[in-house]
Amino acid sequence: MSQATATATGRPTRTRAESRELIIRMTSYVLLGLTGIWILYKAVTQPADFLTVAFLGLKFGALYALVALGYTMVYGIIELINFSHGDLFMLATVMSGIMMVTWFGQTSPGVTGFLIMIMALLVAMVLAGGVNTLAERLAYRRLRRAPKLAPLITAVGLSFIYQAVGIQMNGSGQRNWNTLLGDSGFTFGSVKVQWAVIVVLAVTIPLLLLMTYIVNQTRQGKAMRATAQDQDAARLMGINVDRTIAFTFAMGGALAGAAGMLWLQSVGTTRYDLGFQLGLIAFTSAVLGGIGNLNGAVLGGFVIGIIQVLNEAFLLGNAWSQTVVFTILILLMVFKPEGILGKPTTEKV
Amino acid sequence: MTTTAAAPPPLTSVRDATEHARRSNRRWSIGLMVVALVLFVLYWKVLPEVGGETATFFRKWLSVSAASEMVLWVTFALGLNIVVGYAGLLDLGYVAFWAIGGYCAGWFMSPFASEMMNDKSWNGLKFSLLGHPPAIEGLDRGIHINFWLVLPIAGLVCAFFGILIGAPTLRLKSDYLALVTLGFGEIIPQVFRNGERLGSSGNFNLSNGDKGITPVDTIPTWPFGYIPGVPDELGLRAVDLPFKFLVYCLLASFIIFLSLRIREGRLGRAWLAIREDELAASMMGVPLMRTKLAAYAVGAFAGGIGGVAFATYVNGIYASRFDFAISIILLAMVVLGGMGNVWGVTVGALVLAWINSTGLEQFGNTVNDALGTSINFKNYQFLLFGLILVLMMLFRREGLIPETRTKQVLAEPERGELESVGADMEAGQV
Repeated sequence: MSQATATATGRPTRTRAESRELIIRMTSYVLLGLTGIWILYKAVTQPADFLTVAFLGLKFGALYALVALGYTMVYGIIELINFSHGDLFMLATVMSGIMMVTWFGQTSPGVTGFLIMIMALLVAMVLAGGVNTLAERLAYRRLRRAPKLAPLITAVGLSFIYQAVGIQMNGSGQRNWNTLLGDSGFTFGSVKVQWAVIVVLAVTIPLLLLMTYIVNQTRQGKAMRATAQDQDAARLMGINVDRTIAFTFAMGGALAGAAGMLWLQSVGTTRYDLGFQLGLIAFTSAVLGGIGNLNGAVLGGFVIGIIQVLNEAFLLGNAWSQTVVFTILILLMVFKPEGILGKPTTEKV
Repeated sequence: MTTTAAAPPPLTSVRDATEHARRSNRRWSIGLMVVALVLFVLYWKVLPEVGGETATFFRKWLSVSAASEMVLWVTFALGLNIVVGYAGLLDLGYVAFWAIGGYCAGWFMSPFASEMMNDKSWNGLKFSLLGHPPAIEGLDRGIHINFWLVLPIAGLVCAFFGILIGAPTLRLKSDYLALVTLGFGEIIPQVFRNGERLGSSGNFNLSNGDKGITPVDTIPTWPFGYIPGVPDELGLRAVDLPFKFLVYCLLASFIIFLSLRIREGRLGRAWLAIREDELAASMMGVPLMRTKLAAYAVGAFAGGIGGVAFATYVNGIYASRFDFAISIILLAMVVLGGMGNVWGVTVGALVLAWINSTGLEQFGNTVNDALGTSINFKNYQFLLFGLILVLMMLFRREGLIPETRTKQVLAEPERGELESVGADMEAGQV
């Protein structure tokens, strides 16, 4: 189109679509730049507060990254936004709470406490992964060839079912669970760091490395990448597509399970609709990084986590955090749907 | 292709199909009208006279306020049906329009407008346009516009917001669209929840926060008030309730009429075309953006009207009511009844709203009494709605009362025929 105009008039002119694209791009860069400047300003004027908050942000960021990975993996392989993913996370928080506090009564740090915590981590991962795989087997698999709306509505329905289970297990209000570490931490200069932050990072980083290894180095990972690119071609190459998709759901669910257990240990409260809110935030992270891109999901998780705590500490406060995160989501969808690390596509997402 | 499982339905002429649809529409509308009138007469004249067992039974299983609420849900479900069922755009934030409609009632027909400045600078505000504030000393402060005038105002405000929400999202594919609408559906109620102290000095009170806005003006019945036995204005007295039920029925039937008429016309056919194949529709010259925005606007309009009516029903606007679950329940109503079919959605909404308001609780009480158990059935509400969505999608995607057209579309696989054959072979179906 632009070529044709150029040869016709003899000089390059921009079409309306192109100039609109340019304006959109410029606006997004200006917004990004302003946010960056504001963060830098806070970092320079209130360094101690800023770092304290930034560590909190790292904690939330790590949890969002874990949940976001599940979204991005499932989306990458069958192009489904798994609305029920956040609720798996919520089930894991409740389950780990029941296991640690109700069954074993572990509420203070110690060797047994940490052993039980590792066990709870495994149980939560197996539970969430198992439930997710079961949902894939029973519901999504039958709908793989149906119109897009059908699996999406199914996912919303499953999310409601998980929430109902959450109400049965956790009650219909917010519930506080005792945790091993509580609020305790250490100070580094005048910067406060919770122990929980260290624990969360110590679990998350190995998990992320393991994930990267599985996806990039193993046979199963290769099968996953092939299935994501072209299901039919993968099938022709002898890949068991159904099993690969089920494995992806299991892995995504397990990461959400780990995040759930860590959330309960580092925050200490849960509610039946926690998963819905957090799932949306995690999905925003996945989109921010570029949906379908694993590194992007991790990056997006950390960015959103830090932005959220900065907002709560310095800007609008707790009551507006959803609004801030969703505004980011909407702006992204409009201006840069392919995310930070995603490849731009000709078709708008 | 010979391998496709479903044989094509016998071809009927277009005129036959239209004639069939007209006849079925007439039958449905007469049927529902009769039911509404019978219920009205029952609540108005029969039950107060009869009393005793029958009255108790109705108070428990289908009280006049439960019936009113059911009809209001129908209004919302039909509005959502225009967006989801007609145009095929999944909207998960419909509750936002309910909220905006409600707050329109709060701003334009209650004393609240005089309290919108926290430094009390608007306290003297008094404006009335055929308004009917509750007959209590001091409640004529603020803005009071006639209920029947607020309805179109709220509808237009909501339509404006519908376009505002729709515009940035329409370039996105369906699943992203769902997410952005969901985001808006979270943001708008949160703005109302936190809207007590806005502005840099916290002086502006948009929504009175969690305290909510109450009371709301009454519904004037002019000129029907001249008829003996009909109250002049409908407030909260027991005699007003059957008439309020009738007013809500009127609003719902207006939305039904709107849905049916638009569907027949150019715009409706363009929506269906977009829903079934966007690319083909745009090749045929359907302007995609404008048509989709129209779907949002009309759907939101219905939400605004319902929002105002709901505010008069509960006599107030409370921010905590507008949560995500409402959007999903509405979606379940549309899916259960049959996406795109007005009568299906109406029935779906009536059934689920009844379950939601009284059915489940009463059923639970009956079971608990009979078996001597104490199960809290209200807790299983989420499970029920979730199961409805999942099971309907798995086994009866076209809904309980589908349109023939929807059935055909949904039976068609998304992927190309050859690919489907390959997958069928793998699944052992060929």
